[in-house]
Amino acid sequence: MSILRMSKTLFKNLFHGPYTVLYPIKQKEKYVHTRGKITIDIDDCIFCGMCDRRCPTGAIKVEKGNSAWSIERLQCIQCSYCVEVCPKKCLKMDNQYTSPSNGKVRDEFIKCTNTQSLNE
Amino acid sequence: MGQQILKEIKINDLLTEVLKVKNEGYRLVAITCSSKEGLELTYSFDKDYELLNFRFEVDTETEVSSISALYPYAFLYENEIKELFGANIKNISIDFNNTLYKIPVKTPFHMKSSELEVKHGK
Amino acid sequence: MGNRTIVPFGPQHPVLPEPIHLDLVLEDEIVVEAIPRIGYIHRGLEKLVEKKDYQQYTYVAERICGICSFMHGMGYCMAIENIMDVKVPERAEFLRTIWAELSRLHSHLLWLGLLADGFGFESLFMQSWKIREQVLDIFEETTGGRVIFSVCDIGGVRKDISFETLEKIKKILTDVENELEEAAKVFIGDTTVKLRTKGVGVLSKQLAFDLGAVGPMARASGIEMDLRSQGYAAYGKLDFKPIVDHGGDSYARTAVRIGEMFQAINLIRQCISLIPDGDIKVKVTGNPSGENFMRIEQPRGEVVYYAKANGTKYLDRVRVRTPTFANVPALLETLKGCSLADVPILILTIDPCISCTER
Repeated sequence: MSILRMSKTLFKNLFHGPYTVLYPIKQKEKYVHTRGKITIDIDDCIFCGMCDRRCPTGAIKVEKGNSAWSIERLQCIQCSYCVEVCPKKCLKMDNQYTSPSNGKVRDEFIKCTNTQSLNE
Repeated sequence: MGQQILKEIKINDLLTEVLKVKNEGYRLVAITCSSKEGLELTYSFDKDYELLNFRFEVDTETEVSSISALYPYAFLYENEIKELFGANIKNISIDFNNTLYKIPVKTPFHMKSSELEVKHGK
Repeated sequence: MGNRTIVPFGPQHPVLPEPIHLDLVLEDEIVVEAIPRIGYIHRGLEKLVEKKDYQQYTYVAERICGICSFMHGMGYCMAIENIMDVKVPERAEFLRTIWAELSRLHSHLLWLGLLADGFGFESLFMQSWKIREQVLDIFEETTGGRVIFSVCDIGGVRKDISFETLEKIKKILTDVENELEEAAKVFIGDTTVKLRTKGVGVLSKQLAFDLGAVGPMARASGIEMDLRSQGYAAYGKLDFKPIVDHGGDSYARTAVRIGEMFQAINLIRQCISLIPDGDIKVKVTGNPSGENFMRIEQPRGEVVYYAKANGTKYLDRVRVRTPTFANVPALLETLKGCSLADVPILILTIDPCISCTER
């Protein structure tokens, strides 16, 4: 009758302490490649609209007339397809997640196209 | 990679062909249906990693007899095709009568997307 | 002749990971017949091909199931690559094989935990999932996600693994192997586990063939069928044999899956030693036209991908025939003649993944 086959593991666990992390007081370290959220360098963007056409969920909206680029945070599935197709390489994948919230979260970025210099 | 063979047959030859492959020891892999104008049914059989497909075209009124007398587990595939595409398959061994998935719209895969949206009141 | 009662084994049950409904016809606590009903999480994913083009559909195909997600993406990409006659570079094939075998390892560890939970052995459930966490950390470090990777693409893979990371994976796998040996000793040798699984749900070899069982369910009854020996991806260059057992009961199915886990660790080590240098992706232009059947071996069995394209960027039809769909008739046959308390264990031994079944 072998009923105590797990005793070695149980004995080790008695002295080890918890294997889990006390979240949210302590957070686990994120890795370099972790897919969190999309960030944009708005000054390099030329508003070609490639990311808008390729996004599988339609989370990105590009408006050329207003020089505005916006993304619906909770609809993005962090697939990085937009990062790959951007011709100016101004989109990047950051490794921190968007925190949960109620309702829709739309982040908008507008490029300043003011061409008057300060002296005029 | 194994071989893939496609054979076009007529509806009346279906049962004779299936009986022939059953006696040779093939096993049923899947029954696929795709719809453009009319329905196109494909029966796939496999033995020793070699895939043999039988294909024929029907519409929603033509009667197709079920092969669940020869391959008893074909009833799941045939019930799914009957419910989603509206093919007319007779004599399935366990017939769910369109209650397998319990979707509110009848035969959704045979309609175009625009018709589906109108029906749902989008 | 005893009294017949019908007990619904509902969509909500503590032992089921996903909803499935069975109507059990009982005669004094022995099951006589079982009638299935599925369809609780039908999402109609096959109809989305009309709206997403063939490159965006890779992300939809990955999200069919959470446990076997990499294999779905890989199978879809391979079907489209066969239609378009694209040759994937060799380094990409080895990388895909490494991720596929790691997927198999994590899926079987999840199943072992659920089986232990099914007969009440909660501490063993916790130990299996603790081992699984190390595999999920490898995924996060190499691909960026723990469950959904988004790393397989038409023409290759999107991320590379550096040489240092490969050496680190080898070290982590040695730890995983040692801990797995401890857990496997309990599953194979402990008397309480044996009492609950030996002789329960016997499926003979002829019945398994007649009912169309696939995967570990068929291999535990003596049928030697493993699609990896066909040599897709990098499997043609690796050295392995399918693991077969002749018992036919739940104990044999557990033994087959534990054997496959050790075989997966061995295959990953072979891949790491054989991987060549080179490109990871080939550029793909144009639209596909034609049709193809592609079969690969998921952790649960044989999965068939059928893709039909007509020359535009939207595909005509994508059909996925998953292994749980093929194993359900075999489940209904093994349920006949067992007692009511064995029903949860039997449903767990086919490894049900209902979200794959219903797409």
